[in-house]
Amino acid sequence: MALTGAKPNGADKAEADAKANRELSGAEIVVQALLDEGVELVFGYPGGSVLHIYDALFKQETVRHILVRHEQGASHAADGYARATGKCGVCLVTSGPGATNAVTGIATAYMDSIPMVVLTGQVPTPVIGSDAFQEVDTVGITRPCVKHNFLVKDVRDLALTIRKAFHIATTGRPGPVVVDIPKDVTDPNIKIPYHYPREIRMRSYNPVEKGHPGQIKKAVDLMLQATRPVFYTGGGVVLGEGSAQLTELVRATGFPVTSTLMGLGAYPTTDPQFIGMLGMHGTYEANMAMHETDVLIAIGARFDDRVTGKIEHFCPHAKIIHVDVDPSSISKNVRVDVPIVGQVAGVLTEMLRLYQAQKPQPDPAPIADWWAKIADWRRLDCLQYDRTSAAIKPQFAIETLCKVTDGDLYLTSDVGQHQMFAAQFYPFDKPRRWINSGGLGTMGFGLPAAMGVQLAFPEAQVACVSGEASILMCIQELATCKQYSLPIKVILLNNGYMGMVRQWQELFYESRYSHSYVDALPDFVKLTESFGHVGMRVERPGDLEDAMREAFAMKDRFVFMDVVVDPTENVYPMIAAGKGHHEMHLSPSLTDRELA
Amino acid sequence: MRHIIAVLLENEAGALSRVAGLFSARGYNIESLTVAPTDDPTLSRMTLVTTGSEEIVEQIKKQLNKLIDTVKLLDLSDGPHIEREMMMVKVRAERPDREELKRLTEIFRAKIIDVTETSYVVELTGASKKLDAFIDAIPEGLLIEVVRSGPTGITRGEKGLTLS
Repeated sequence: MALTGAKPNGADKAEADAKANRELSGAEIVVQALLDEGVELVFGYPGGSVLHIYDALFKQETVRHILVRHEQGASHAADGYARATGKCGVCLVTSGPGATNAVTGIATAYMDSIPMVVLTGQVPTPVIGSDAFQEVDTVGITRPCVKHNFLVKDVRDLALTIRKAFHIATTGRPGPVVVDIPKDVTDPNIKIPYHYPREIRMRSYNPVEKGHPGQIKKAVDLMLQATRPVFYTGGGVVLGEGSAQLTELVRATGFPVTSTLMGLGAYPTTDPQFIGMLGMHGTYEANMAMHETDVLIAIGARFDDRVTGKIEHFCPHAKIIHVDVDPSSISKNVRVDVPIVGQVAGVLTEMLRLYQAQKPQPDPAPIADWWAKIADWRRLDCLQYDRTSAAIKPQFAIETLCKVTDGDLYLTSDVGQHQMFAAQFYPFDKPRRWINSGGLGTMGFGLPAAMGVQLAFPEAQVACVSGEASILMCIQELATCKQYSLPIKVILLNNGYMGMVRQWQELFYESRYSHSYVDALPDFVKLTESFGHVGMRVERPGDLEDAMREAFAMKDRFVFMDVVVDPTENVYPMIAAGKGHHEMHLSPSLTDRELA
Repeated sequence: MRHIIAVLLENEAGALSRVAGLFSARGYNIESLTVAPTDDPTLSRMTLVTTGSEEIVEQIKKQLNKLIDTVKLLDLSDGPHIEREMMMVKVRAERPDREELKRLTEIFRAKIIDVTETSYVVELTGASKKLDAFIDAIPEGLLIEVVRSGPTGITRGEKGLTLS
């Protein structure tokens, strides 16, 4: 192993000693700790309680601060940055409304296990509890939506607490950590010796690393006997950097693989062994395979209700193997037969080794029969839609986006129909390319998340697929995109409705469209232009590809494409709430056909 | 089924509210919860009594373990253990009832720790069921106030729930 970061020579040691003896104020400690953590970007918004920290930020140039236009934007941008890079996202907001505005983004990160450190200002310690100006109990408000949180009451605890925050956020099952810092703790006039601990040990926090060898052996034994196996993979494979190991194991076994919304890209979605996303809007073949499987291999997935459908009908014939870094995910919703707690990458490597060591390798005939069955399901072509429509179909818009960008985008999305169409129709052959709010389902996530991604990868093509309802929830970030010249492309699938709400109302409320029509929409082209960006509006299918090519050719401009799509289009297949995998609603054009 | 779970927690501000919040957020039953610092001032020991199916209690233990402040956890119900709860009961004790209340106190090996012309305060320690029985045994109309600590527990034998 290379000794990267180690500085053995004397000059550096002297420099380190000088560094070690430095006296810093609390505000300077915050900034220095971020430097020591290797933080490149901080997304934030200043305010009274964090003014000392902002002053310390002003005096240095290594940590780059990105000024958002609303604290929700800061937390989503830090989140998007973390999802795309795998590093810890950082945001900095003031007390009171600064903190409460950030909460939606914190909860979003928590539900999807995204590593994030959120520094919040707090009123000075002597007035905590007195209902001071811009005081809220940030630690209390965020407690249920963070992995952990801290209130730092003494400047001498500040460096260690920040170190702990990064350690907790990025290890085990990742998640957001809030560090609440009262203003007096950052007082520029109180200086103390600065020491930032490299190594940290917490007696109360020891995440599991390696999976239990006996359990892995049991799992592989089940896999070797399987006749109708399925890999069911989730966001944990992406978060645990297990994509390469998963791909190897899937290819070695020849088993089919399906993925949750959060796991897309962990295994290349264009590969023939990938049978599509599963769950509420999963493919027919993936959901039917789940229903018929005899050995389910769940990797870094958490058996979410949008995935399982009705638990009583979930994988009725299967023995279930579950690999997860979080013991509390195991047997939480569905009782599993072979639990394995550990980092997915290591467990997958060990599974592969044991699988390949088996001599002779298992009879390929049952797996071939299984694939024949899957091929039958696939022939249904469950994602088909009307390609002759005079209106732009949202599916067509995503397919065109794929064509224009060669399927090579970092794609963020908001929440609703457009999110599902993007998940179904855009290919993700690499992890960390598909960035969306899966667990919390936060409308308004897409645009600020795209900012985080674009700032992390200035040369990459970043797009945000959104809806006209979602985009308005964080529209103020168009100003941030202008300030930092972020060449993001927004693909707005504008159907004039909260599409997913409308779909449910059509299907389950006898088409009573209660408050799902977004009346009085802005002129998005003018709106975008007023922020200094390029706006485009496309209304006909025939114009779409050229318009998209034009948009993506503007490499240094933010382009907002208002794409007017068919307002009546629904997302299919669909498993209604409370139904099983085998009870899918299919697109109306398919429902008259006999199902297997 | 009823479970009595002992938890060693970091003695940090907010640790208790994390546990309480976990139970309310996830809709778990909690019958009682007691907490106090231990001989090691950096640690608190909490004893909580909960009920639920085996699956739910398993989840409760996993979720408790997942809290960053949790250092160690033991389900005392998994093995032989001793459970004790302390109770103070204030009873109306006027002339005609005083003798019977004293007898009752002796039978239950309780102690009278406060006496006035018209009242006693009785202290009793034991398993929760014994405490229930004492309350039931008090003649009707005499009970003024009941204070219970909630159960605490310890395993039998030489092994303890400690850091080492």
